[in-house]
Amino acid sequence: VKPAVSDRLADIYDEHVLDHFESPYHKGRLACASCEHSDRNPICGDQITVQLQINDGKVAEAYFDGKGCAISQAAASMLCEHVEGKTLDQLQQMAAKDMLELLQVPLTPSRQKCGLLAWKVLKTLVYAQTHPPGPSTTDPGAGR
Amino acid sequence: MTAVAATAWDVARIRDDFPILLQRLAGDRPLVYLDTAATAQKPQVVVDKVVEALTLYNSNVHRGIHQLGDRMTTELEAARETIQRFLNAAEPDEVVFTSGTTMALNLVAHGWARKFLKPGDEILVNEMEHHANLVPWQLAAQATGAVLQYLPLTADGRLDLSQLDQHLSDRTKLVAVTGMSNVLGTINSIGELARRAHSVGAKIVVDAAQSVPHQATDVRALDVDFLAFSGHKLYGPTGVGVLYARRELLEAMDPFLAGGHMIREVFHDHSTWADPPAKFEAGTAPFVEAVALGAAVEYVTTLGFDRIHAQEQALLEHANRLLSAIPGVTIYGPGIEHKGAIISFTVDGVHPHDLADLLDREGVAIRAGHHCTMPLHDRLQLAATARASLAFYNTHEEVETLAVAIRNARRVFRLPD
Repeated sequence: VKPAVSDRLADIYDEHVLDHFESPYHKGRLACASCEHSDRNPICGDQITVQLQINDGKVAEAYFDGKGCAISQAAASMLCEHVEGKTLDQLQQMAAKDMLELLQVPLTPSRQKCGLLAWKVLKTLVYAQTHPPGPSTTDPGAGR
Repeated sequence: MTAVAATAWDVARIRDDFPILLQRLAGDRPLVYLDTAATAQKPQVVVDKVVEALTLYNSNVHRGIHQLGDRMTTELEAARETIQRFLNAAEPDEVVFTSGTTMALNLVAHGWARKFLKPGDEILVNEMEHHANLVPWQLAAQATGAVLQYLPLTADGRLDLSQLDQHLSDRTKLVAVTGMSNVLGTINSIGELARRAHSVGAKIVVDAAQSVPHQATDVRALDVDFLAFSGHKLYGPTGVGVLYARRELLEAMDPFLAGGHMIREVFHDHSTWADPPAKFEAGTAPFVEAVALGAAVEYVTTLGFDRIHAQEQALLEHANRLLSAIPGVTIYGPGIEHKGAIISFTVDGVHPHDLADLLDREGVAIRAGHHCTMPLHDRLQLAATARASLAFYNTHEEVETLAVAIRNARRVFRLPD
């Protein structure tokens, strides 16, 4: 049976997304992270941890770990690649639409939750860094 | 089986009763609706009943001394009697209208469990329960000092009845169990569980949201104390459900929601309660929905559960066979002889969420997620599964479309055939 892929060529599972999903950038754990934060999408169970190593207000290294759909995991990979070298100031400016532009594929509102999960984790993490002493960045429910 | 063969199942005619199934989706693809366990589609007779009630005799029940009020009240009580016969309850007053299964179970948790449970009492649950039949018991246990006990599951996802003796004792006051797992499809032996629960003096509450649409339910033959289901999974409207409970239990229980209609007399500092079921139907009931649920129950009763069950099991067998043959597919739950028309599965290398999205592009509607059963998914060590749920209005061609769409999804993820 011929796969019905003709209408998927401009679709969300394009090479860019699948490449990041299959060979993610900096997936794993940083040995000595400056900070980290985790969250999950309670509806679908997607889970993302983002770790940053920050030197002089700049992201030296960004790693992510997690489980979930191709969109959430590819988005986390793209985000880590994107934020390295950026200042915390620049990360504070990063909006949801910037994350969706990184993904380069059109997402329905329900899939935007997947595409924006890593970005939301990053924003919470950056907020905690820029608003010291701030509350703990570890959500007690996040490990579930 | 011979009776079924004699009256051939004309699925095309059945589908004509469900206009929503006849539509074409984007790309001119037919809708392949395999998400009935989330909510069932509605036959035209149910839609017509809603329209009839709203356009001909809409009026609040039990109140208006006028012709419309009388008609709506008559229709509502007729629906209650239809449901009584459907469940083989002893009397109509044992049928309480609620907003759905969740409210019905919470009603038992508040009206019965919080009144009667004491510290050290035990509630027997298990890991296949939907959150709706687990979280209310967690809260009731916290409020009363009672303790939750878990009856273990077998490796293939059935209740391990061989361990029932170790988990049932005179401390057990309630057994909470699903009639049919909304993930594994497992059909539980409710009659046996009721007998065993009663032998130690415990009550049994059954979450029948998934089982009621697939098989005949006889609350007296099963000898259950409480049984809850939702209208919308039984081809009826949303916003209405049923709690069945034996009369003496309803009389002994405290009210859950307080307000209008549930009172006998209200004084400045206290009130007395109406008789059941009114005692548990505070406020304005979802009367239009309840009336239409009566029409839904009549519809499935006319089709007949022998035929519904035979058709659904044939679809289940077909789906099980086709999906098992796809590389990387794992199906969860027991063999089809122990389950109803639900197949939950994973595909190696394709997350359930991605799978559901790709299937949707081919018009195939399934559900992906934890299906409100996080403890079960913890046990399976999965964050999510994909679930195809079948109903009597599905066809064997649709099952084939599902299998093709799963194979196509694997190709999108560059997995070898």
